[in-house]
Amino acid sequence: MSIPADLKYTPSHEWVRVETDGTLTVGITHHAQDLLGDMVFVENPAVGRTLAKGEECAVVESVKAASDVYAPVAGEVVATNGDVESSPEAINQDAYAAWMFKLKPADAGAVGELLDAAAYQKLVESEAH
Amino acid sequence: MLKTTPLNATHRELGAKMVDFGGWDMPVNYGSQIEEHHAVRSGCGLFDVSHMLPLDIRGDNVRGFLRRLVANNVDKLQVSGKALYSCMLNEAGGVIDDLIIYFMDESWFRLVVNAGTADKDLAWMEKMNAEWGTKLTLTPRRDLAMVAIQGPKAAEVLNHALPGVDAITSTLKPFNAAAMGEMFVARTGYTGEDGFEVMILAKAAPMFWRALMEAGGRPIGLGARDTLRLEAGMNLYGQDMDETTSPLESGLAWTVDLKAERDFVGRRALEASEVTKQLVGLVLLDKGVLRSHQKVHTKNGDGEITSGTFSPTMQQSIALARIPLGIAPGETVEVEIRDKKLTAKVVKYPFVRNGKILI
Repeated sequence: MSIPADLKYTPSHEWVRVETDGTLTVGITHHAQDLLGDMVFVENPAVGRTLAKGEECAVVESVKAASDVYAPVAGEVVATNGDVESSPEAINQDAYAAWMFKLKPADAGAVGELLDAAAYQKLVESEAH
Repeated sequence: MLKTTPLNATHRELGAKMVDFGGWDMPVNYGSQIEEHHAVRSGCGLFDVSHMLPLDIRGDNVRGFLRRLVANNVDKLQVSGKALYSCMLNEAGGVIDDLIIYFMDESWFRLVVNAGTADKDLAWMEKMNAEWGTKLTLTPRRDLAMVAIQGPKAAEVLNHALPGVDAITSTLKPFNAAAMGEMFVARTGYTGEDGFEVMILAKAAPMFWRALMEAGGRPIGLGARDTLRLEAGMNLYGQDMDETTSPLESGLAWTVDLKAERDFVGRRALEASEVTKQLVGLVLLDKGVLRSHQKVHTKNGDGEITSGTFSPTMQQSIALARIPLGIAPGETVEVEIRDKKLTAKVVKYPFVRNGKILI
């Protein structure tokens, strides 16, 4: 599956979309769900929680294993996706549609430090070897 | 360098996701683990279990050797082909391995031992063979592949794939086996469903596998094998018991025969030991997934989850846990998951048998 060019990525396999109002939508990548397998549980951070960059803030669990999800940048949680909590398999079906939470970044420029699609592609390829 | 089974190329052709499983290159799934799980409960699944080791013991008085070697009593095996599940213990009463023993005739018993413990098991048995002067021949059968065919449609699929085998499958009772030349058909498994474990010469395995697929069998990876066995309440060596745990605290008292006067390795240690723990089933009442090593808090002290997963059949998380005695089915305990304490109910397992939820 191709890596969407319009998103940003982290080395810990989160994807980030910058919305027109400046908020960031966060999910886990197709590669991440492929490694984990069938998803059975998603726990999102509470709305209103303030996160530091890289802070463990959510959990996804497949039948096989639990995996932490990290805040891609510092910010405040402004929304969470209840649909993926009740249907975690949505992440397997389309990881880039099944968003987990939205952040209001503390610094609007911070997203610039994240990986672009080409850099993330390289990272995925290097991990495959 | 990972070890491979005779079906390695077949798994790769089928697009399996391969993982390092205790030094073996094995399929963890061929797509969706949950779909594979359901396929076994409702139809027929195929498992490559060739990493496990069949081991033939031949010679005079194999029975006498096994009476001393294992905790269950091989004198329960009186009809050719009958199988027995047992633990092999060390002197301290810890579990070296759990295994299946097939009685073929008085000069031939076949054992099947776990992959990760095979070398250790063989060394232990040879040591006992030398110590006791029993002069038996122990032959590891790495020339054999082993395929498990499991599910309500297992007999149908096997009969289609292997013309003539219905002469065996139509009369073979659960936990019995029959040999047909170098082929060995046992009505055993690790899923809680009807099914067979077939040993066949390695070179014939890929063709046999394809024939089973054409007959309607679906390849199943080790991922679903684990959720199936856990639903069926079957122990996994290395997780639910090992050399440091007593079978009496691992839900395996039913496999330890202390009735017969028989001096088996580990017996004295077991009889001198005080049992303070029990293996119980847990069903998580809150949302989340139980995993091995999570701490369990009970009114009688702390315990630990030994195996935990999300049950695809029950659509909730289940586990086996070693907890203090005196906690009965129906009571609740608290499980520490990350920073939370979640509520789980103690239950009598198995959780699922023959496609039906028993909890």
